[in-house]
Amino acid sequence: MEEVLFFLGAIGALGGAVGVIAMRNPLYSVLALIVHLFSLAVLFLLLSSAFLAAAQVVVYAGAVMVLYVFVVAYVGGDQESAWEPIPGQRLLAPLLGIALFVELAIAVLGSSLLTLGTEGPEVRPGFGDPAAIGELLLERFLVAFEASSILLLLAAVGAVVLAGRRRAVEGVAGSSSEHSAPKARSGEVPATPTGDPA
Amino acid sequence: MSIEWYIVLSSLLFATGAMGILIRRSPVVILLCLELMLNAGNLALIAFSRMVGNQEGQVFALVVMVVAACEVVVGLGLIVAIFRRRLPLDVDELRELRG
Repeated sequence: MEEVLFFLGAIGALGGAVGVIAMRNPLYSVLALIVHLFSLAVLFLLLSSAFLAAAQVVVYAGAVMVLYVFVVAYVGGDQESAWEPIPGQRLLAPLLGIALFVELAIAVLGSSLLTLGTEGPEVRPGFGDPAAIGELLLERFLVAFEASSILLLLAAVGAVVLAGRRRAVEGVAGSSSEHSAPKARSGEVPATPTGDPA
Repeated sequence: MSIEWYIVLSSLLFATGAMGILIRRSPVVILLCLELMLNAGNLALIAFSRMVGNQEGQVFALVVMVVAACEVVVGLGLIVAIFRRRLPLDVDELRELRG
């Protein structure tokens, strides 16, 4: 049973990952990533970390992916151009990816971790449940917990600063973008110096 | 299932994400590939935490999730800012900083 679940999760995770990089439309890439995240949650459950599986589904597949879908719907999912600035990039990149995997596999097989081939020790029933993780987080890793909360606050403020509405700056940028963006994409509204239409 | 399988799957996912970053040119898809690589790291952390029977690796994975969420928020804010200035959403055309 465990093997079946592992291979189902692994196929889902790998298929989702390949889907992310193979889909032409960014919206489909986001949907493939959601498949990938759900399959990873299954694998996390198999590794007896129930809280992280729940956090993966709620935080990632729930919140972060909705943000992605909103941004893709806002900027529009247009196709990538076939223009390649580096010749042979599409051929070279898979070779480099395979080389990276081979390197990682050699590193794993060559490591002297003797327990790598086992299933790990027997764990007690409460391993990885919210109570245990919360206790660790608030007792042993309190500094990391507080630092990550400050990081979240800074990221929220940074997103408001970056994506916020600034009319004066947009007016200047709109007039200067006419020569810096020579290839206007089809289907896009022409660049006007007055900023965004809203 | 032995822990090796999880580690090999994690390195496969990491290599897939790195390949995506090398191939794709849309910044949104590059952010998605970064997510793939961070999730591969999370899977390795959790597999190793199961291997030694210790929950601390799961706390690390939780912190990695927080960092990934911050990275997504800032990255998507940058993409929205690029779109507002009507610059092309293509990392090969946005290369004014290249030496």
